[in-house]
Amino acid sequence: MTTLLRRLGVYLLTAWVAITVNFLLPRLMPGNPVEILIGKIQGRVTPQIVHAFERQFGVGLHQSLWSQYVHYWSQLFHLNLGFSISLSAPVSSVLKQSVPWTVGLIGVSTVVSFILGTIIGTYLGWRRGTVFDAVLPVATFLQAVPYFFFGTVLLLVFASHLRWFPELGAYSQSLNPGWHWSFVASVLRYGQLPAITVVISSIAGWIMGMRNMMVTTVGEDFVLMAVAKGLPKRKVIAYAARNAVLPSISNFSLAMGLLVSGALLVELVFNYPGVGDLLLTAVQNEDYPLLQGIFLVITFTVLSANLLADLAYLALDPRIRRQA
Amino acid sequence: MSGLEQVAAAPSANGTGPPARPADREVVLEMSHLSVDYGLGPTALHAVVDANLTLHKGEVLGLAGESGSGKSTLVYGATRLLREPGVVAGGEVLLASRSGAAGARMDLLKASERQLRAIRWSDISIVLQSALNALNPVVPIGKEFDDILRAHSRLSRKERRAKAEKLLSMVGIPPARLGDHPHELSGGQRQRVMIALALALEPQVVIMDEPTTALDVVTQREILEELVGLRDELGFALLFITHDLSLLIELADEIAVMYAGRIVERAPAAALYRAPRHPYTLGLLHSFPPLHGEVGPMTGIPGSPPDLAAVPSGCAFHPRCPYALERCARQVPLLGELEGSGREVACFLHGGELSVPVELAVS
Repeated sequence: MTTLLRRLGVYLLTAWVAITVNFLLPRLMPGNPVEILIGKIQGRVTPQIVHAFERQFGVGLHQSLWSQYVHYWSQLFHLNLGFSISLSAPVSSVLKQSVPWTVGLIGVSTVVSFILGTIIGTYLGWRRGTVFDAVLPVATFLQAVPYFFFGTVLLLVFASHLRWFPELGAYSQSLNPGWHWSFVASVLRYGQLPAITVVISSIAGWIMGMRNMMVTTVGEDFVLMAVAKGLPKRKVIAYAARNAVLPSISNFSLAMGLLVSGALLVELVFNYPGVGDLLLTAVQNEDYPLLQGIFLVITFTVLSANLLADLAYLALDPRIRRQA
Repeated sequence: MSGLEQVAAAPSANGTGPPARPADREVVLEMSHLSVDYGLGPTALHAVVDANLTLHKGEVLGLAGESGSGKSTLVYGATRLLREPGVVAGGEVLLASRSGAAGARMDLLKASERQLRAIRWSDISIVLQSALNALNPVVPIGKEFDDILRAHSRLSRKERRAKAEKLLSMVGIPPARLGDHPHELSGGQRQRVMIALALALEPQVVIMDEPTTALDVVTQREILEELVGLRDELGFALLFITHDLSLLIELADEIAVMYAGRIVERAPAAALYRAPRHPYTLGLLHSFPPLHGEVGPMTGIPGSPPDLAAVPSGCAFHPRCPYALERCARQVPLLGELEGSGREVACFLHGGELSVPVELAVS
């Protein structure tokens, strides 16, 4: 229990640091880009928005950094992340629209990739030295191909050329978004190719990690004992896999950040209306409020994924429950 | 305590009596002409060559030898637990079947995976040297008992739990510790858990591969005493592998000594201790202080054990043997029974043509 609380504490601290850095960054940028931006948008938007903008970034108000910080937090608690200039809408409502798409696509395909890769790796590790080892060089190759490149190739071949999949977007434009079957079916259909891209580009790492750990674990005495005990084969494999999966889970936390950034590029390739697409818009238009909102969302997503992986590790390995 | 003392006292008490090997005793495990190689083809290392061992019901058979003499390989080969690149090159391992017809025996080397799974643990169980590595680190020990009982019996969940508790208290560990993980137990406790696990299905044969080597001498003694008590109570046959010949003399009924993959001498423990017949056994006995009586000067065996990739020709021991004859380098002496003694030795000195050196002729 104390271990759990301590972990939670570490995550809260990390979140606090991330939020504070997010607050400080625009204030520390040289050349006062925010001020320049305010100059640019003046006249194009209402004075209220300009004022809100000044409040958010602490420009021209001669407030102390501390009172700006307090204001920043109170805004955050009210989920008020500012106003997006390029999209002319509050950042929070913009995010509310695109985050579910990203979580749905990237989240689901990452989890599928992890589970599938671990299962394949378990099998390959168990049957090491057989013809199944031929999967390894293929996996190494896939591991080396960047997400967006692989996505582009798939898009060209299977969507543009063969027309097996719809090309761009997240659903058919002729449908009204909503919880009805034709829309859900369309979402599933449009999601296939981007999901396949993410799964194939990231699965190799899980396969190889799990396979190598299995090879090591199968050599352990307790696996030999499981055989000597006359346990069914599936049980013996489970003995080994249960131990071999532990490093994969800690790698899952480590890989999370990388996965998200890689996957965001996939969204761009497929013109998927998620956070990746939003990020590009924000960067191109120097939309600082939107950028900051996206950074916060990414930080929190990665942190929560990390926390989940940590909890899973804690549940699976009794040895660390008492340490640390 | 009493069990051990009895055995320990045997060397002096037994005198020159006839061999204590009544032929009518039930054989539970018999290995004949077992050979085990590492690797295939001409470069294969012959780790075990033509080994014969018989284990009787309720007997403690000790298998002694230096590291690399093939003692562990022998039992792993016989029980089909050998890992690659180990391969059983030939022989027969017959296990008295408890489930089949009386007197029916099953060749473990020819058994199918299914047949093997059925006899594993219920007929032959194993205790390894390091209990920390032999217990699954991520599950509580109660789960290990449960897995065994579930795979081999039709007991209900509650009955399995009760049985596990009983087994654990049998080796002197409070049943409440079933929920503990291996890392929460001491080294001695872990080895006790292993022993309790090994006895869970009341097997005919328990194989112990250096079970006490990793423990301190006090714990080692406690565990061995418990083991003797359990053997008397449950009547399993014990195949005990160790490099510690002095320990075997106290514990075992019968001892087989291995050198470079071959069994070079087999005799009742008392007889082997009092009157070794093979020069290697003699050397081993001179390498540690006697258990009783005055401590004489100790001498080691000159040289070092052979590399299995370059085993000397003829008798593998001849380069280190103080009594080596000219033919020892040419011919391999085979294990043969010494007339009327109930013991076997693989040495040309006992061929009958020559006078046996006085150290190897003690009666």
